[in-house]
Amino acid sequence: MSIIGKVWKYGDDINTDVIFPGKYTYTVSDPHEMAVHALEDLDSEFSDKVHKNDVIIAGENFGCGSSREQAATCLKYAGVGAIIAKSFSRIFFRNAINQALPVIDCKEAADHIETGDKVEINFEKGEIYWKEKVFAFKPLPEEILDIFNDGGLIPHTKRLLKMKKGEK
Amino acid sequence: MGGKTFTEKILALKSGKNSVVSGEIVTVSPDIVLSHDNSAAISKKFKQIGINSVRNPDKIVIPLDHCVPAASEKYADNHKVIREFVRENGIQNFYDINTGVCHQVLPEKGHVLPGTLILGADSHTTTYGAFGAFSAGIGRSEVASIWATDKIWLKVPETIKIVITGKMPFGVYPKDIILYIIGKLGADGVLYKAVEFSGNIVAEMSISGRMTLCNMAVEMGAKNGYVEPDEKTIKWINLRTNKKYEIIKSDTDADYEKIIHYDITKLEPQIACPHTVDNVKAISEVIGTRINQALIGTCTNGRIEDLKIACEILKDNKIAKNTRLLVFPASTEVYVDAMDSGILQTLVKSGAVIMNPGCGPCLGAHEGALAPGEVCLSTANRNFKGRMGCNEAEVFLASPAIVAASALKGEITDARGFLE
Repeated sequence: MSIIGKVWKYGDDINTDVIFPGKYTYTVSDPHEMAVHALEDLDSEFSDKVHKNDVIIAGENFGCGSSREQAATCLKYAGVGAIIAKSFSRIFFRNAINQALPVIDCKEAADHIETGDKVEINFEKGEIYWKEKVFAFKPLPEEILDIFNDGGLIPHTKRLLKMKKGEK
Repeated sequence: MGGKTFTEKILALKSGKNSVVSGEIVTVSPDIVLSHDNSAAISKKFKQIGINSVRNPDKIVIPLDHCVPAASEKYADNHKVIREFVRENGIQNFYDINTGVCHQVLPEKGHVLPGTLILGADSHTTTYGAFGAFSAGIGRSEVASIWATDKIWLKVPETIKIVITGKMPFGVYPKDIILYIIGKLGADGVLYKAVEFSGNIVAEMSISGRMTLCNMAVEMGAKNGYVEPDEKTIKWINLRTNKKYEIIKSDTDADYEKIIHYDITKLEPQIACPHTVDNVKAISEVIGTRINQALIGTCTNGRIEDLKIACEILKDNKIAKNTRLLVFPASTEVYVDAMDSGILQTLVKSGAVIMNPGCGPCLGAHEGALAPGEVCLSTANRNFKGRMGCNEAEVFLASPAIVAASALKGEITDARGFLE
C-alpha cells in the first residue's frame, strides 16, 4: 500500500491537548466530529485545509501527554494518511496503530521535508519518496502490523476471537 | 551478561517466560485494568468486538473522577452508560462520584500491590510504581480489548536509574525534585524507558512523595516509574489490604541503559512555566508573576500531606483580593482526614473554595476553567496550552507550598518565607 499526500510540518513535543483539547474528551464521541477539532489549539485552520492522505511531519515526542485515543482518531478522520516524526510518545504510538493510522519513525525525513511538499510513502517497502530522495524506515514488527492490517485493534480482536471460536 | 531490572523481571513473569530482553514484544495478562469516565466510550468499543460480557470482571477497576458530579446532560449520560455497563458485567470494583481521583483511589482501596502489573486508560497510571508495581498508560481500544481477551502486547523497555541523593533543602518538596529532573531531561528525556527512582532522598521520602515522582515520570516520556518497596511501602499496603503479594526488585548487577545522579542539597523550589512541563525554572526567576487562580489538588498533589503544608501557610491568613484558591482533596479518605484534623476549616477561613474529590479543572472539562488572559498556578502535572479549558490562558505548576503562598500574595511567591 502506498499513499501520496501534501505535508503539514510541526515542531517537537506536540502534545495531545493541542491535538484534541481535554474539554472535548467526554462531550465529543463521533469520530467525524472529533476530526473538526484536530490540532485545534496548535493550528486552528488545520481541519479546513487538510486533505485525504496528507502527511504530518513532526519532531521529537509527537503525541506526548494524555492517553486520549481521540488524538489519533481525530487525525485519522481528518484524513491524515500518515505521521512521520523523529520520535513518538509511546501511548500515542500505540493509539495510532490501534486506529490504523500509520506512524513512521524517520529522523532524516523529518529533517528534510517541509510544509507544502509532496511525499509518497510505500508502507510495505518502508520507503518515503520526496523530490529525488528516498528515505528508508523500519516497517512495524509483524505482530503489530497485523493489528494495523486488520483496520485497528477492535476489528483485530474481533477477528482473533472469531478464529478462536472456530477452532473449538 | 548482567542481572535483570525490575521491569524485565515483571514482564517476564507476567508473560510466562523465564526471561525477557529489552526490545522484545511480549503478551501479558495484567492484574488490574483501570478506566474512569472514559469507560462509556470504552464500553462502546467493547461492544463492537461482538462478545457479551467481559472476560474477567474482577480485574477491572472503574472510579468516576474526571467530571464529577456530571457537569451537563452529556456527562450525566456518560456516567449512566458506565453504571449500566458495570451492573450488566458484574464489575464489583466500581467507585461512584463520591470516591476520588483514580490514582489515589486504587492504592487506597487496596488494588495496587507490589509486583503486580497494572494498565490504565490514563497516562498518569505510572503513579503505582511508587508501590513497586509495573504500571503504564494505554489507550481506550486497548482497555476494550483487554476486557475481551485478558491480554495485551507490551514492548520491554530499557531501564534508566535516577539516583537522588543529598540533604532535602528547607522548603523543597518531592514536586520540586521531579520538576527539576523533568526540566533537566526534557519532555522526551526518558522516552519509552522504564525509570527507577532511588537514592537516600527517595528512601527517606513518604509514600505520598514517591507517588508524586512516579505520577510525573510520564511527563518526561517514561513508560513506567518504579520505587523499590521498603518497610514504608509494606506498612502502607498492609493497612489497606490483606491480599498476598510478592515484591520484585532489580538485581544489584542489573543492566541499566543509564544511571543519572542528582544531588539536590542546593536545590531551590522549582516551577514549570507555560506551556510545557519541561519549561522549568527556579522560583527566584518568576517571583512576582500575577496569578488569578491557585489550585491545590489532582493526582499529583492532592494528598493529606499536601493539604497540611497549604494549611500551615494559610493559617490565620487571607488569600489576596482578586485571587481564587480551589482545593480538591484527592479522595474522600483525604477529604475526611482533612476535615477531622481541621485543615478544611482553616483553608475555608483563608478564602479557599473546597471542591469535591475529583480531577477538577486539571483537564479543562469543568469546575474552575480559566478565561482568556488568566493565569493559574496549580499543583497538577500538566500545563499545555488549552489544558485548563482555555487556549489563551497560562498555567504554571509548582508544589502545594508555593501555590498556597502565592494565593496569599496574588502573585508567584517563594513559600520559604511562610514556613517555620
